[in-house]
Amino acid sequence: MSRISFFLCALATALCAPSLGLAADANAILSRQCAQCHALSKPADASIDRLWTRKGPDLYYAGSKFNQPWLVEWLQNPRRIRPAGEFYFTHIKATPDGDVIDASTLTSHPRLSKGDADAVAAALMALKGPDDLVRKGAYKKQPVPAMIGAMFFEKLRGCAACHMDKPGQGGQSGPELYDAGLRLQPDFVYAYIKQPQRFDPHVWMPQLDLSDTDLQRLTGYLMTLQDGSPK
Amino acid sequence: MLTVRVQPVRVFALAVAVLLACPRICAPARADDDARWAATAKTYNTYCAQCHGLNRNGKGINAKSMAVQPRDHSDPKGMGPIPDAEIVKAITDGGLSVNKSVLMPAWGKVLSPQQIQDLAAYIRHVCNCGSAANH
Repeated sequence: MSRISFFLCALATALCAPSLGLAADANAILSRQCAQCHALSKPADASIDRLWTRKGPDLYYAGSKFNQPWLVEWLQNPRRIRPAGEFYFTHIKATPDGDVIDASTLTSHPRLSKGDADAVAAALMALKGPDDLVRKGAYKKQPVPAMIGAMFFEKLRGCAACHMDKPGQGGQSGPELYDAGLRLQPDFVYAYIKQPQRFDPHVWMPQLDLSDTDLQRLTGYLMTLQDGSPK
Repeated sequence: MLTVRVQPVRVFALAVAVLLACPRICAPARADDDARWAATAKTYNTYCAQCHGLNRNGKGINAKSMAVQPRDHSDPKGMGPIPDAEIVKAITDGGLSVNKSVLMPAWGKVLSPQQIQDLAAYIRHVCNCGSAANH
C-alpha cells in the first residue's frame, strides 16, 4: 500500500469514527434504556392486556412519526406529553369532585446529554415501521384558518374531549397536541386520526370514519399548533 | 277423592336439602356472571372511564373540560328511561346518532357488536335499573 493510500485510508477511518461511535452508543442506549418501556420493533402481542401494561408508546415507527429536531430537544428536556401517563386508567383516582390524575404514580422520562440525544434521535428516525403504515403525501398541505380548525377540533369533531390544543384546555386521557406541529409529521397525524388502532391495537381513541376533507382540516390545524398557539 | 298426606317432617327435610344444594347449583352461574362483568368492566375501563369515570358517575378525567357532561351511568333515574336500543346505538354510532353530544364518539369501528351489547348490559348492571327495552 502506498503512503498516499495509507494516509487516505487513515483519514477516512478518522472521519468515520465519530459517527460509528455515535451509532454504537445510540444502539446501546436504545437497547439498554429505551427498550425497557418502548417497543422498538413491531410487537407480536397485539392484545388489550399489552396496552394496559406497556409503559410508553411504541417507537418502532418513530421515524415516520416524529420530527428529528423536536426529538433532539425533547430527549434533553423531556416533559410530559400524556397528562395521565401511559396507560391513563392506571394513573387516575376518584375524588368527590371527579377523577383526577394521581401524580404520585407517574414517573419522569430519562434526560439525555446533547450528544446522546443527537445519536438516539438519529437512530429513532431510522425506525420507519411497515411501509404501509404511514402513506407519504396523504396530507395535502392545504392551509386551514385557525378559527375553522379550532372549531372542528374543539366542537364539531369532539377531539378536545380527550386532547388539549391549548395548554390547560381540553381532555387529559390523550396526548396533548398544542405542540403537534413541532413534534409530529403531518402524514403520521393524518394516518393516526384515520385509524388509530392500526398503530396501537385496542387504543382508547375512537375511529370516527372521517372524510378526507375532515382529515386534511384536522391535520392542517394540528400542524399549526406550536407550543400552544397557531402559527 | 284421593288425598295425599304429606308429613311435615318430610317437607322440612326436602326444604333443607334444596337449601343445601343451592350454592352448588347457583355458584357456577354467579361465577359466570362475575367473569362476564369483569371482562366487560375492562372494556369499560379502557374506553369509557376516561369520560364516564372510575365510579361510572360521569366524572372522568376528561369531564371537567367538557361543555356537556358525560352521562352518569350510576344514576338509575337518569338511566332507567333510556331504551336498551338507544344505549347500543349511542355506543355504536356516537352521541349525535341519538340527538346527544358529539363529545360521545362512535365506538362501532373499535368494538365488536358483541362487546357493545355486553357494555350495554354492563351499564344496566351498574345503574341497577333493569332493561328499558319496552319504554
